[in-house]
Amino acid sequence: MSSRDKILSAVKSNQPSRVPIAEINITVADDEDLKSKYLRILESIGGKGQIVDSCDEIQKILSADFDPSSRKIAVGRSWPGFAESFSAAIDPHQLENVEVAIIEAHFAVAENAAVWVTEDRMGFRALPFICQHLVVIIPEQHIVATMHDAYQFIGHREYNFATFIAGPSKTADIEQSLVLGAHGPISMRAFLLRQE
Amino acid sequence: MVNHADLSEKFNVDEPRVNWHDETLWWVRQKRDRAAKQIPEWEELRSVASSIKDNVLSNLSEYLAEFEKNAKQNGVHVHWAADADEHNQIVLEIIQSHGIKSIVKSKSMLTEECHLNPFLIKNNIEVVDTDLGERIVQLAEEPPSHIVLPCIHWKKEEIGDLFHKHLGTPAGNADPIFLTRAARAHLRKYFLSAKLAMTGVNFAIASTGEFVVCTNEGNADMGAHLADVHIACMGLEKIIPERKHLGVFLRLLARSATGQPITSYSSHFRKPAEGQEMHIVIVDNGRSRQLGRLDFRNSLKCIRCAACFNTCPVYRRSGGHSYHTAIAGPIGSILAPNLDMRNYADLPFASTLCGSCSNVCPVKIDIHQQLYKWRQVLVEEGYVTKEKSVAMKTMSSVLSNPSKYRLAGRLGRWILRNAPFLAKNRWNLWFKHREMPEAPKNSFREWYLENKVNKK
Ligand code: SF4
Repeated sequence: MSSRDKILSAVKSNQPSRVPIAEINITVADDEDLKSKYLRILESIGGKGQIVDSCDEIQKILSADFDPSSRKIAVGRSWPGFAESFSAAIDPHQLENVEVAIIEAHFAVAENAAVWVTEDRMGFRALPFICQHLVVIIPEQHIVATMHDAYQFIGHREYNFATFIAGPSKTADIEQSLVLGAHGPISMRAFLLRQE
Repeated sequence: MVNHADLSEKFNVDEPRVNWHDETLWWVRQKRDRAAKQIPEWEELRSVASSIKDNVLSNLSEYLAEFEKNAKQNGVHVHWAADADEHNQIVLEIIQSHGIKSIVKSKSMLTEECHLNPFLIKNNIEVVDTDLGERIVQLAEEPPSHIVLPCIHWKKEEIGDLFHKHLGTPAGNADPIFLTRAARAHLRKYFLSAKLAMTGVNFAIASTGEFVVCTNEGNADMGAHLADVHIACMGLEKIIPERKHLGVFLRLLARSATGQPITSYSSHFRKPAEGQEMHIVIVDNGRSRQLGRLDFRNSLKCIRCAACFNTCPVYRRSGGHSYHTAIAGPIGSILAPNLDMRNYADLPFASTLCGSCSNVCPVKIDIHQQLYKWRQVLVEEGYVTKEKSVAMKTMSSVLSNPSKYRLAGRLGRWILRNAPFLAKNRWNLWFKHREMPEAPKNSFREWYLENKVNKK
């Protein structure tokens, strides 16, 4: 008998009799405006966020923050003269020197400031992790309250890879001192974009 | 044979350091409390999580088969390992079939449990742990002492010295930001050159065949997305039925672990990227046996948050290495005897049974009750030292017989008052590190009877 069959039959003979699955029926108090909650939590986990009216405004803000000569790469809308557009023709290892990556999330979650990004919004899977600074644009209306709502939104949608990103990468492994920028981005900036 | 009491004694030689260890972990526990209090529905979440796991355990073989079918349909290779050796062999074969000599690995307690690193090194494969804490203990040639905070027992000055020796950082620099940046640069080289990356699995979804990996550092993603081959290893209890159940577990996991609302990354791997190869190794290693132990099967609900470690007064003051097993702390003390009763018979006794672990556990495992039950099993099966087993048997006989109990009480009080040296000596293990109380003349019962009579 293969290990597979041995394991499955051992599990089967040892598992208790069938217990029905619990319904997730958790009521959550909506005490705070979702946008302000999202921005508050984002700040508490080391990110930065704000509401903006247009992509021009975003570009102005980013231009002030980052060296014009640094490599910027964007997935989704194009930023002529400011950031190169993602191209599938390169090897992901060539993303090593990307200073700023600009990506667009499907939605954000207010309770933990996570944003949901599927592979098609990343260009390469490695991009949101390998860049030094991550910029995420979220439509202002697309904020849900909790992770329960998040998975309701995700439902049975297809993706090959997707991730929740909450703030910059971080570690506290050295004497519990929080350091932003472990292996992924050192900073994460979110823009809640008003409907254009 | 090593045991928890001796190893803790070693850890306790340096008292200020033990206090520091204790306070650091308590601080993490307090962060957990603050995070939990911000969620009014916290207790409801714990109950739902626990009952989802009840369903999972009762339907595990079906969910595993469903997961396998869906993962295969997604183009992922699925392997099954009955024990640690088979797991290690499977991993080695995948590595060797690609002619690879060096791999990167993100945190996986399962690979610690299987002692994968020494096995690969013996087979001339270089393994680089990429979680900062794990890299630190790896450079120091130690196992992690905590499942979430692998080097919680290390001081920053010592890490500075270690990095000076291995990474060439300036001597005497112990600044956490500086050291983290040095590790970032050091490990980036490995991420960029590794052809194969290993990760653990936090949750595997039966209905979609995808699996979720949670990290703060981004190291699992850096490894997996830059390598040609990704191997993810999971214990067979990691299954949950559907995506929507992640909503419950992801709300609980990071809050229970470190007090964060969620980890920086919760990555959902469903299909390999173009040109990439993805493997999942599903490991039993005693889990199906534990499932059959009525009293202990709930330990398989564990989501490895380590809240029970951080709150445990014994763990905080004895350190992870005193448990001499990959998964230390209260939950480790339930899991280890299932693997080897003889070697780990000491662990269920490394607890005050105060119940704090059960109170914080996000999936409501009755941890302290299971520890208590393991003690009975281990005494019965003859795995406990003579002194302890005699003491336990005597105690249970005394406690179950009222007149013996009264006699024992009178005797004890008499000894403490008239012949204290009989109790305060080095043969009485209870007296070690404890002050014996001044004994009152009467027991509570005697006092009560007397006063009742007097009042009448
Ligand atoms: S037993 Fe509970 S508290 Fe302990 S690590 Fe597992 S899930 Fe966390």
